[in-house]
Amino acid sequence: MSPIIEPGPEGGFAIGKIDQLLNLARKNSLWYLLFGTACCAIELMQTGGPRTDADRLGMVFRATPRQSDVLILAGTITYKMSSRIRMLYEQMAEPKYVIAMGSCANTGGLFQESYSVVSGGDLFLPVDVYIPGCPPRPEALLEGLMLIQQKLEREPWLKKAWSGTPNQSDPWLKPRG
Amino acid sequence: MIEPTDNNPQRSELVLNMGPHHPSTHGVLRFVVYTDGEIMRRAQPDIGYLHRGIEKIAENKTYPGYMPFTDRINYLEAMFCNQAYAIAIEKILGITPPERAEFLRVIACELNRIASHQVTLGCIAMDLGAFTPFVYLLREREKINDMMEALCGNRLTHNYMRIGGVSADLDDTWLGNLEGFLDHFELILEEFTSLIVYNEILVKRLADVAVICAADAVGYGLVGPNLRASGVNWDCRRDLGYSVYPQLEFDVPLGRGERGTVGDCFERFVVRVEEMKQSCRILRQCLRKLPDGEIQAKVPKMIKAPKAEVYSCVEGARGELGVYVVADGTTKPYRVKWRTGSFSAMSIVEAISRGLMIADLVAVIATLDVIAPETDR
Amino acid sequence: MNPDQLHKRLQEGLGIEIEWSEGPVDPFYLIPSDFWVKAGLFVRDATDLSFEFLRSLCGVDYPDEKSILVVAHLFSYQHKMPLVLKTKIDRDQPKIESLASVWPAACWHERETYDLLGVVFTGNPDLRRILLPEDWVGHPLRKDYQPPNQYHGIPTTRPVVDCDGEQL
Repeated sequence: MSPIIEPGPEGGFAIGKIDQLLNLARKNSLWYLLFGTACCAIELMQTGGPRTDADRLGMVFRATPRQSDVLILAGTITYKMSSRIRMLYEQMAEPKYVIAMGSCANTGGLFQESYSVVSGGDLFLPVDVYIPGCPPRPEALLEGLMLIQQKLEREPWLKKAWSGTPNQSDPWLKPRG
Repeated sequence: MIEPTDNNPQRSELVLNMGPHHPSTHGVLRFVVYTDGEIMRRAQPDIGYLHRGIEKIAENKTYPGYMPFTDRINYLEAMFCNQAYAIAIEKILGITPPERAEFLRVIACELNRIASHQVTLGCIAMDLGAFTPFVYLLREREKINDMMEALCGNRLTHNYMRIGGVSADLDDTWLGNLEGFLDHFELILEEFTSLIVYNEILVKRLADVAVICAADAVGYGLVGPNLRASGVNWDCRRDLGYSVYPQLEFDVPLGRGERGTVGDCFERFVVRVEEMKQSCRILRQCLRKLPDGEIQAKVPKMIKAPKAEVYSCVEGARGELGVYVVADGTTKPYRVKWRTGSFSAMSIVEAISRGLMIADLVAVIATLDVIAPETDR
Repeated sequence: MNPDQLHKRLQEGLGIEIEWSEGPVDPFYLIPSDFWVKAGLFVRDATDLSFEFLRSLCGVDYPDEKSILVVAHLFSYQHKMPLVLKTKIDRDQPKIESLASVWPAACWHERETYDLLGVVFTGNPDLRRILLPEDWVGHPLRKDYQPPNQYHGIPTTRPVVDCDGEQL
């Protein structure tokens, strides 16, 4: 349900859920990690570039995972790199989202048969959105980010944050040791 | 990890890890830097984070079916990789592509060279702190992407060439667009030159940094703009004369030591700016000289290459891109080995990084134009 | 210099009989493995040859002949000549002297050949894996290489499911 807006003589009221307000703020300020391994990284750069400007939607790139909300797996993932990506993912603060961009991050893509390529980012990370393409157009990446925004809007974040428990249903978040 | 080398707390060695995720490594490259605080003793490169086994994949794919993989060896200069592979297979089979196809290949390659240098120069400026030139050049790169998309359907990793020719023809509208782009881009190059190329901060950060002498450059196998910036006058297009380059007039920019020494980072930067100008010149000549004709030679449906070996190379944006193909009489290659410029450029980083500051390491990687997929294949 | 003259020059300079092949396409010269570094020094230093540019150094696996061929592509900027030198080594105990003292570029090429084919280059200043992780088992470019089932918990094959999520 959308907020009820009551204009009045000295301003007015808007009545809605706190979650709506929180999610409105969160979805218009999705910061993504400047991370890309291969060709899709160039299209990621072009998405942040002048023509398809991701900045107008509030999405800026951050160099450090501690300050980012979205990890975009742009490019082929190799076994040597997978442990580093896992480390990057674990450094990100909740709430965090993962986008698998391009065929290589979806399923291994062109390099599925190769001995050193992981057949998809979701074998070691929980992926929220898969964007097909080789490489996907900047418009496709933007659509993927907007799907994350739509997913965000539906989240009961206040309840989760209040109760203080991390996402228990996440199967990849196993305790260490 | 701080290791005190003796009891003096002023003298201790710090081992820093730079990468593989770092905003200024071009792709996933890692350096283990041994430093005493700011001055490096050693910067040991660690590569392989994007090793996709492209050479092994070739042994399971047919000759024409391997062409899309060649794009991904260096996605910024995909056309050169395509061309090197196509020339190698054409030499084995004894096929000569028609002249129109050769001109179309040169047009695609030179556009790709401009696009690759745009990213390189933008990244050099961005790594040193200047964000604006990068965004300006990305804007121009979008125009090249549009043209290549109109030609062959993809903005990046075009897969435009085939064994024996190219896959699609262009019409007068496209040629008109190209001419308009060239007119516009030459003005942008002048703007870029006045904006950043002789900017005092850039010159101070790049001049006299990491000087590579000609003997070292040849010994370590540097190629392309890196080699020419060190003073070695070699360009495969002019000196080996493949494709239709003998019919075209162009200069090959050499390092002159105008603001520092021959072989320093600034020379590697300026040589690439000059190369973009020469590429525009080549494209204008191709526009005038483009003949009519077929775009692909007659190639058998099932390519069974006879037992042969060939090494063919082209002058890519990052230097000599060579491929060594061993054919054994079946429909699949027996061994394919790629020789790339970035692999050699990475190998020299350890030797030249002694005594540099950490910030200079960033300048060195950026100006050597090292990118991860070419280094790791 | 045409390939025949080059062959005579190589035989003269090294003092041994050298097998060679004229093609097709690229001629190559098969150097006995004991003379590998000597050949490298000779072709680099002789003034009418001066092959100072090592383009690439790789290995090709021939399991039927139980050998690995190490192939070096050289080029001379002065005389605009290419040269292909090969040497045959045993596949089960592949060992050859390193060319890193002749051309510094050889160091990394040899590391890559060691990584992907298992050839040990004696005298290489830094012989360890370069492209694959340090704890990788096996040498992938060999013809009889079998990839592992999993690497640190990540499976190497992807389960194939249909649209309803049922495993095929």
